[in-house]
Amino acid sequence: MVRFENVGLRYGIGPEVLRDVSFEIGPQSFQFLTGPSGAGKTSLLRLLFLSLRPTRGLITLFGNDVLRLGPDDIAALRRRIGIVFQDFRLLDHLTTYENVALPLRVQGRDERSYRAEVIELLHWVGLGDRLHVLPPVLSGGEKQRAAIARALISRPEFLLADEPTGNVDPPLARRLLRLFVELHRSGTAVVLATHDAALMDQHDARRLVLAEGRLHEER
Amino acid sequence: MFLRRRRRDAESSLVRPAAAIVPRDGVTSRALLMVIAIMTFVAALIVGAVGLVRETATQWRTDMVREVTIQVRPVEGRDIAAEIGKAIEIARSTRGVLNARSLTREETSRLLEPWLGSGLDLNELPLPRLIAVRLAQNVDPDFDSLRAALKKDAAGATLDDHRTWSARLAAVSDAIVIAGFAVLGLVLVATMLSVSFATRGAVATNRAIVEVLHFIGAHDSFVAGTFQRHFLAVGLKGGLIGGGAAALLFAVTGIVPGVLSWMPGGDEAAFLTGQFALDRQGYLGIAGIVVLVALVTTLASRITVRWTLREIE
Ligand SMILES: Nc1ncnc2c1ncn2[C@@H]1O[C@H](COP(=O)(O)OP(=O)(O)O)[C@@H](O)[C@H]1O
Ligand SMILES: [Mg+2]
Repeated sequence: MVRFENVGLRYGIGPEVLRDVSFEIGPQSFQFLTGPSGAGKTSLLRLLFLSLRPTRGLITLFGNDVLRLGPDDIAALRRRIGIVFQDFRLLDHLTTYENVALPLRVQGRDERSYRAEVIELLHWVGLGDRLHVLPPVLSGGEKQRAAIARALISRPEFLLADEPTGNVDPPLARRLLRLFVELHRSGTAVVLATHDAALMDQHDARRLVLAEGRLHEER
Repeated sequence: MFLRRRRRDAESSLVRPAAAIVPRDGVTSRALLMVIAIMTFVAALIVGAVGLVRETATQWRTDMVREVTIQVRPVEGRDIAAEIGKAIEIARSTRGVLNARSLTREETSRLLEPWLGSGLDLNELPLPRLIAVRLAQNVDPDFDSLRAALKKDAAGATLDDHRTWSARLAAVSDAIVIAGFAVLGLVLVATMLSVSFATRGAVATNRAIVEVLHFIGAHDSFVAGTFQRHFLAVGLKGGLIGGGAAALLFAVTGIVPGVLSWMPGGDEAAFLTGQFALDRQGYLGIAGIVVLVALVTTLASRITVRWTLREIE
């Protein structure tokens, strides 16, 4: 599904943040992406959802060389990928419900066709009674779950989550992890970026470890 | 039953219709609304004024062409009265001429009064005499043969058919129409530039929203649409305000002469302001300008958003 070959990345004229990174991600797989803060986890995720282009090497995504994609191809591919941002990126003037429904609205779907689905998902992540609340009123954990729900609503084949447990207490972190594992079992490929070793110990899975710009695997 | 269902459905919609993906306040401003209203007002005034000029010029030309004059200059050794008689006869026998009549001495002296003063004995001066020739409405008068016949048979008689005058008037009115359209074009370009400028600002202000929309798979056209909505609304609103104000102005100046003519000595004023009464076509033109401004606004914002998105990528 995803293939990195000797990928290098630098911001502007800065040093290489990622160096000679090569790995593959198969469909319906589950992996942690880990490493200390500043190791390049977020940068690697940004390469995966096409918000950055590699300065070196080859990235193949769903069989496409990412450097050859036009704006419309990128939009089409992004609809197959769900993203949970480290800083959530909810739109503050839209309610929880409207935020979570946004990916479907962007696809031009009629609200009546997805309303029940969105409400069900919000109940599933425990936000059933926060439908009409604006994000600034939500707690950190609630924002986190709204961001996850927005990433899941379009049933992506590939889910990227950047520190999705970074802002919540351990019990909720465990619940969210179970949510991602369940999602993986139902057929979605998951990349979960985290620097939380305790969290990774709760689920036995492949670990992609970033250190000083290079990637190696642990099991 | 069906209607009730529809209403329940609408009520249970959880997307507030007002909750645009990009909030209106971050996109369009009162200042832009004012700019568009003023631009539309100016454009509508131009369209109305150009229409009036054309109409008035056409009116004058038809009036003018319905009457021509023959000038008879005294020639040594000829009796001017006999030459006038001959000229009148020639004129009357020309195709398209309804009637021809010599202006009396009194009429001529009245015409000359402003230049020569009153109490003048015309007999002492070798002044040309005038023959007024009225033309039939729908027949093309044969000026060429009239001119030729006058030259041949009536000594000192020449035809003045106002042609130079009429051509000059037409040229002036055409020039005004062209200038009007040029200014109209400039006003529309200025509107586009203002909207384009405002759109750039709006996209910059809402950069974070645009990014999120892209990340969840929105096409550029969708993003452009979310901005364009607001610009269409502000374009229509500003257009209606400006166009409405212009229409109102024309309507008021159109009513004024009716009111003035009731007042003592108001007739001259009524004649002057009466020239500003707009006909139905004029009002349709103003409505057209409103639509045009709304379209230009929408189009300018759409194109600008798409350019700006290209730049961001
Ligand atoms: N937009 C950016 N411009 C310049 N440097 C950046 C940018 N984003 C991240 N970096 C740098 O890249 C390195 C990796 O950052 P990041 O990918 O955010 O790491 P992580 O997510 O693992 O904490 C850091 O040294 C950071 O300073
Ligand atoms: Mg990070």
